[in-house]
Amino acid sequence: MLQVVCIKQVPDTETRVKVAADGRTLDPSGVTLILNPYDEFAVEQALKVKEQLGAGEVVVMTVGGAGVQTTLRNVLAMGADRAVHLKTDAVAPDGLSVARVLADAIRPLDAGAVWFGKQAVDDDAAQVGPMVATLLGRPCVTVLAKFELAGQTAKVEREIEGGREQIDVPLPAVFTTDKGLNEPRYASLKGIMAAKKKVIEERAVDLGTPAIERLALELPPPRKPGRIVGEGVAAIPELIRALREEAKVL
Amino acid sequence: MSILVYVEQREGHVRPVAREALGEAKRLAAALGGPVVAVYCGDADANLASLGEAGAEKVLLAKHAAFAHYDGAGYAAAVAAAARATGAQVVLMAASSIGKDLAPRVAALLGVGLASDCTALETTGGKLIARRPVMAGKAFEKLAFALSPAMATLRPKAFAAPTPEAGKTAAVEALAFDWDASAPRAVVTGVSGASGDKADLTEAEIIVSGGRGMKGPENFALIEKLAEALGATVGASRAVVDAGWRPHGDQVGQTGKTVSPKLYVAVGISGAIQHLAGMSSSRWIVAINKDPEAPIFKLADYGLVGDLFEVVPALTEAVKKVH
Repeated sequence: MLQVVCIKQVPDTETRVKVAADGRTLDPSGVTLILNPYDEFAVEQALKVKEQLGAGEVVVMTVGGAGVQTTLRNVLAMGADRAVHLKTDAVAPDGLSVARVLADAIRPLDAGAVWFGKQAVDDDAAQVGPMVATLLGRPCVTVLAKFELAGQTAKVEREIEGGREQIDVPLPAVFTTDKGLNEPRYASLKGIMAAKKKVIEERAVDLGTPAIERLALELPPPRKPGRIVGEGVAAIPELIRALREEAKVL
Repeated sequence: MSILVYVEQREGHVRPVAREALGEAKRLAAALGGPVVAVYCGDADANLASLGEAGAEKVLLAKHAAFAHYDGAGYAAAVAAAARATGAQVVLMAASSIGKDLAPRVAALLGVGLASDCTALETTGGKLIARRPVMAGKAFEKLAFALSPAMATLRPKAFAAPTPEAGKTAAVEALAFDWDASAPRAVVTGVSGASGDKADLTEAEIIVSGGRGMKGPENFALIEKLAEALGATVGASRAVVDAGWRPHGDQVGQTGKTVSPKLYVAVGISGAIQHLAGMSSSRWIVAINKDPEAPIFKLADYGLVGDLFEVVPALTEAVKKVH
């Protein structure tokens, strides 16, 4: 079975945000770019499925500029077989442009499973996975917490408010993965060496006219300064008073 | 022309987040014009006329035997049909576990843009502008929509539910929509644990979170007791989740949940930047930590420096006395 994992390169979660001079984008200076943390679970699950079946191919795919190839190479080092780089220097503020380009690339592949992280930790939009599923007309489950493959059906669970849904999904299908689904592997030295020889296929793509325009990127309003109410158990009466009389939350 | 709101249900009960979306739709309708129309997917009418109290003028009922549980593809077909039938200029729904899954599907069917998890909406010159956090709240972006309808999901608790207009009823109509339930689809076979009386972190009024300072999973009993006294939901830092002390669903921060409760109590959490991003939009923040230099104190409205193993049990007793 061929599987596709769609990934995104994002700023590290330790990044301190500085807005660029255009007032609309993140200042890239000093920003470390990494594989989107939720995508690690997608890569791991695809590799697990391939191991379970004992055959098949895992194709990693992304949309972006030349810089994304370092992250594609990292996923190849984890064990993906080959990569497709849908190349564009345009940055789409909407999920739909990206989803269309990915769906067009995935459609001819006869993929049994298409994997995404549940959201990218830069825009936090959580759109592209279910959009690709809809454009492909495939069943889709988002925010996977559990995955078991039994023949042509996946038995999965997703987290909902205060509980979980149990879901049966026939393959081919699209999934987005949450933290906790599995323990992503580290690339081994052997994997890193092997990745150097694996193929990254480049294809130029056009994101078209975006459906959304970003007008501004702003820092959150500063919180008004707080105070230390005191030390140890002795400070509890003052804390209770403040919560009742000032914050009015008790 | 309409402002369309997807009204979500679980087990036939309309969820509170749907009322928040209806309230915002009513506010937008005053500026943009058009009636507020609700669309509901389920296997029966759940007293939908009463949605008039929350601001809906009309409710479109998408009824299907397969709609008792959430069905992403089926619900999306119904909501897209409702958007077309009512000539919607704006489509709103909650950024809940259903809404986050459903809205992108509807946007893909309609071929329009979607702003996810918005914390504020405004209008200029008859157009919708969405404000939403990125990087878990380290920054905010403002988005304009090139196509109609403009779609947005609304962060739970960021929009006030409307004051109910007692006795006002909405007209309920059946919605005609095309959906082939025999095509391969994901089928919900069961739901566990969701009946709970505890609010989910993303919808909680009060959260008590524990960090590495708790020293071990067994000590979270202290956090749970304080949470119980406050009527709060329990959260955790990434360090605690990665150590396996708490389930991932409890994690607050950039690779966990972004929360905006009325009161956030951080216990034994030093305040890594990815954690602060996830909770800094809380209305009031209390920090309890033995290290007076901990970054969490820079964000906290009220800081208490001390040994949490002494402070938390005493605080729990003090809260019980005033509650």
